[in-house]
Amino acid sequence: MSLSKKDVEYVAALARLHVSEEEKESLSHELSRILEHASELQKLDLDGVEPTSHVGVTQTVIRKDEPRESMPPELVLQNAPDAEDDQFKVPAVMEG
Amino acid sequence: MVELGIGIRQLHDALQRRELTATDLAEDSIARIREWDKDVQAFLKVTEDDARQRAKVLSGQAPQGLLEGIPFALKDNMTTRGVETTCGSKILSGYIPPYSAAVTEKLEAQGGNLVGKLNMDEFAMGSSTENSGYFPTRNPWDLTVVPGGSSGGSAAAVAAGMVAFALGSDTGGSIRQPASYCGVVGLKPTYGRVSRYGLVSYASSLDQIGPITNTVEDAAIVLQAIAGHDQRDSTSVRLEVPDFVSALSGDIRGLKIGLPKEYLDLGMDESMRAVFDTAVNQLRALGASIHEVTLPHTAYALSAYYLIAPAEASSNLARYDGVRYGFRAKDADNLLDMYNKTRSQGFGTEVKRRILIGTYALSSGYYDAYYKRAQQVRTLIRRDFEEAFEEVDLIISPTAPTTAFKLGEKTSDPLTMYLSDIYTIPVNLAGLPAISVPCGFISGLPAGLQMIGKMFDEATVLRAAHAYEKATDWTSRRPQIAKGGRA
Repeated sequence: MSLSKKDVEYVAALARLHVSEEEKESLSHELSRILEHASELQKLDLDGVEPTSHVGVTQTVIRKDEPRESMPPELVLQNAPDAEDDQFKVPAVMEG
Repeated sequence: MVELGIGIRQLHDALQRRELTATDLAEDSIARIREWDKDVQAFLKVTEDDARQRAKVLSGQAPQGLLEGIPFALKDNMTTRGVETTCGSKILSGYIPPYSAAVTEKLEAQGGNLVGKLNMDEFAMGSSTENSGYFPTRNPWDLTVVPGGSSGGSAAAVAAGMVAFALGSDTGGSIRQPASYCGVVGLKPTYGRVSRYGLVSYASSLDQIGPITNTVEDAAIVLQAIAGHDQRDSTSVRLEVPDFVSALSGDIRGLKIGLPKEYLDLGMDESMRAVFDTAVNQLRALGASIHEVTLPHTAYALSAYYLIAPAEASSNLARYDGVRYGFRAKDADNLLDMYNKTRSQGFGTEVKRRILIGTYALSSGYYDAYYKRAQQVRTLIRRDFEEAFEEVDLIISPTAPTTAFKLGEKTSDPLTMYLSDIYTIPVNLAGLPAISVPCGFISGLPAGLQMIGKMFDEATVLRAAHAYEKATDWTSRRPQIAKGGRA
């Protein structure tokens, strides 16, 4: 399995990452090697094997739906790169 | 100066006898950090004013609990209210958490004195601490070699005697491998034993917090202090926490120990093999019986891990977008551009690499071939252990195939770096508890013995490690730095 520069570009866009031309080159090489290693898994017959997403105790985690105190807005916003009127502020979502 | 490495109980006894005060311990910790950390670079932040303040309060009273007045530090992926928490990443630089992690709360409630936050590979992705977004940490045994990772700062700080204990986190070996490289004890508890509330998520189905300490008894004491159910982490289990300290009987007669034959085939170098064989004989001499076991899917663990962990990471790290906290790139044209620029400038190379691999493995058309397949293999690995544990009580191996490597030696090839976790990764996939305990030296660098237990059976792991530690003197060896001399 190998990953072309175009594949890297596509995945980077999905992951909201900019990659430079130079990075695309090295990433396509490195990611291909990692995937090549991962392709060993294709050798196994996994028919009927359930996937494991969680190990250990499976327990019910419901609790009573009771109102609790939440964090005050000023504390929530204290780390905000930009805020206004108790809200996070971001650049324009749409142009124009 | 006080030897912070003599053991938590010994420090506690000295405090109780009033031979020492909490202030003496805090001052000793701060002095050692001041003297040595410019070389070792274990700390991202030293909270000396807070530590002094707290020590002053604690010095006025006789200590109640074992941790009261004991200086400790946290890997920087555990939140500390009011104290910057960066997870070793530029993207979180300046982030002051408005809340503390469950483990921080517990240790502080029991009188532990936090002296700082420890360096790590960015977002815990790495095996050498060279991937820190800030600076690499060096091994106190030899400043030209890595301390291991990703909890390299934690292991180095404990080995250098800068703190009495530290917490690390372990997703694929990140507590055990650095403990092994630095000649200290590192315990990864069973998945679900310790609350992950306030731990910055990397791969949530694998991550677990645990102690890095000077002795096995210290690991038991610290685990006791941090274990237990927490409703803020729904994967933390509602099981009773046993008394880990009283499990340390020193007696392992009749204990059945398994040697996985596949592990011994995996490129272990000869000197490591010799150290390991000696450890096996020592365990036999202590009355344990040794049995060969088989974990047939071991060869696939690394591949499964390097799909599952990045897949979970790509999802967990989606939250770093420059909106609510941490770094935001300047000069963005619009929101999408802000996301792209923030993430590209804020994340380091290895983190980007793993986000891309994970995104790819989860993307349409590849999910079944990669992610789902990796999870199926995870089932086989889990079953391998279950079957082996029908025959034995404990499974042992070296913690890592080699001792610590030189800084820069493996940074150019990610895959070679990944191989240093080959013995620890299967344990995370199965969720089992495991410890690394010092078991000798190879050319002056420490080697570690890994002991893997059944689910929620940390008690047996600790008992065996403690008996082994008492029969050998490896944990009492300290680097020159910790003794106050030049490295």
